[in-house]
Amino acid sequence: MTRTISLAGTTLELMERGEGRPLLFLHAGEGLASERPWLDLLSRKYRVIAPRHPGYGNSPLIDGSGSVDDLAYLYLDLAAELRLENAVLVGACFGGWIAAEMMVRSTARFSHLVLVDPLGIKISGREERDITDMHGVPREEYLKLAWADPANGDVDFTNLPASELAAIVRGREAFALYGWKPYMHNPRLKRWLHRIDIPTLLLGGAEDRIVTPAYGEGWRQAISGARIEIISQAGHFPHWEQPAVFVERLSAFVDNSS
Amino acid sequence: MRVWYFSEMAYHPAWEQGLKQGSLRVVLPNSNFDPKVGHGLLNRYLDEFRLCDEVGLDIMVNEHHSTSTCLTVSVPMALAILARETKRSRLLSLGTPIANRPDPVRVAEEMAWLDVLSGGRLEMGLVKGAPYEIAPANSNPANLMRRYWEAHDLILKAMSTTDGPFNWEGEFFHYRNVNIWPRPYQQPTPPVWMTGLSVETGRMVAERGHVVGTLLSLSAAGPMFEAYRKRAQELGWTAGPDRFAYAAVVGVGATREEGLRRANLAADYVRTSPVVAEPFTNPPGYNSLSANVAMLKAGGKRGGFVRDRHGNPVEQTTAPIEQLVESGTCFAGTPDDVYDQIKALSDTVGGFGHLLMFGQGGFLDHKDTVANITLFAKEVLPRLRELNPEPQRAAAAE
Repeated sequence: MTRTISLAGTTLELMERGEGRPLLFLHAGEGLASERPWLDLLSRKYRVIAPRHPGYGNSPLIDGSGSVDDLAYLYLDLAAELRLENAVLVGACFGGWIAAEMMVRSTARFSHLVLVDPLGIKISGREERDITDMHGVPREEYLKLAWADPANGDVDFTNLPASELAAIVRGREAFALYGWKPYMHNPRLKRWLHRIDIPTLLLGGAEDRIVTPAYGEGWRQAISGARIEIISQAGHFPHWEQPAVFVERLSAFVDNSS
Repeated sequence: MRVWYFSEMAYHPAWEQGLKQGSLRVVLPNSNFDPKVGHGLLNRYLDEFRLCDEVGLDIMVNEHHSTSTCLTVSVPMALAILARETKRSRLLSLGTPIANRPDPVRVAEEMAWLDVLSGGRLEMGLVKGAPYEIAPANSNPANLMRRYWEAHDLILKAMSTTDGPFNWEGEFFHYRNVNIWPRPYQQPTPPVWMTGLSVETGRMVAERGHVVGTLLSLSAAGPMFEAYRKRAQELGWTAGPDRFAYAAVVGVGATREEGLRRANLAADYVRTSPVVAEPFTNPPGYNSLSANVAMLKAGGKRGGFVRDRHGNPVEQTTAPIEQLVESGTCFAGTPDDVYDQIKALSDTVGGFGHLLMFGQGGFLDHKDTVANITLFAKEVLPRLRELNPEPQRAAAAE
């Protein structure tokens, strides 16, 4: 069920599926993808709400531009609009950054936070990168860094309809808009992660080379009580490469820390 | 027609290594640059620009960054020298990549200073910049044109405002006291130029009345100029040839063979220019949605923008000189050949009033460059002046 809702003076395309405890899923920089096995699996236990970030799919950019701050406020407004209570917030990659920006502002409507290989903070020194320059490597190389099995991420664009290609192109532009400089992080965010006062799980792909295990550890140390679990045979998108394990870990965490 | 000589001031001694590494730009380490060789080259290139003033050519300077193809890192720096070394040439900055510059007011100041120094000989290009300029500047490609237009408006306002200071609180740029000193010699601003390749650019530039320039491809110039003329007509004015500029490599010789030889050497600019590491060739948002969709549909293959008369892409990196003459990328041969080629191309695209002459490139040495400039100025320039003559200095901007 995909629908478009109006809020905060803009519109947002979102998918809703399943019943039960609400779960807001914020997608990766790559987009929501045309096939999303993890959403089907999640929707067996939860009422899954998965918006397309402004600029992706049929969600227009906010005022033709926008920042991650805007996305954080937009999704807090969305949670209020949908009257979510005790919801699970899940953010993958870029979506993890947005989720963290929301949670340092307000955790009021959420009971659990799950960050899947999140981007968004700076840990190391000014001459080191925590986050691979995804825009500075050839596509082939990027696939090797981002996926345990690069074939999982390889899309044959020549077979997709023009409308879908346009959505992909718009998504790439939006990703750059939000994360070009500083590259995929907010230099001030780490300073405020202590404000996250709900149980937090960090999930990482064992073969992720977009961000490193040390980066995940930096997140863990900055969020009180957070813990890390590593999913094997997965790269930067464990929810995508190992959907069953991802959902299992996530629900175990939610069930055991209520 | 006015003819503007220019050279990218290449560092060709590093090209072989760059070709080997698959990129002449962005990622080619500057250990491949020998400062002593560079010292000689920069001074030589500036001498060649100075010669243009003596023989009656106008001068254009451009800039690129982090590249062996072009050592000019700052147009105003080069033009500051040339403003003092020349007396008659008009000086075209083509241009400042204003969406990659953090401080548009500084751009306005530098341009005004140059205009005053040169006694009103400046023409001012405000350009988008090539896709591989994004990485050295680390500017955001996704909102490049929004930033471009804000910088454009601010620069023109800063240059033409005489009762400042004024306030500017836009999306990207913020000042509370804009009041530039000096203000420009030409009122309200020096003539403004933009560059591009597309029909959309043609329309957009027509809406401002600026000069629009394009390069190296007959099949891109025609539709772009036509879109400009049509938009101008819709807005109630007629765009003459002085609104259009075309850039091409020029090699002229006493014999056809000599002209072709010179053009062939200078054309290495065309052959090396697109050799860039893949990730920097198409940053997200730089090219239009439709162009990117077409690229994905074609399996990620990117055709260059140089196309032959039938619209088919020309393989720039290997094209022989004959093919580059055919595509309008080079004008080459005897003075008669070159004049005829320029006139034919101008007629095909509806008439342009400015030729931007790549009169030097890469391995074309000093002696050949001097001969190229001198012969062109003596034998071709006088005839071109009669072709699409410039109207009585109609003020360009606004």
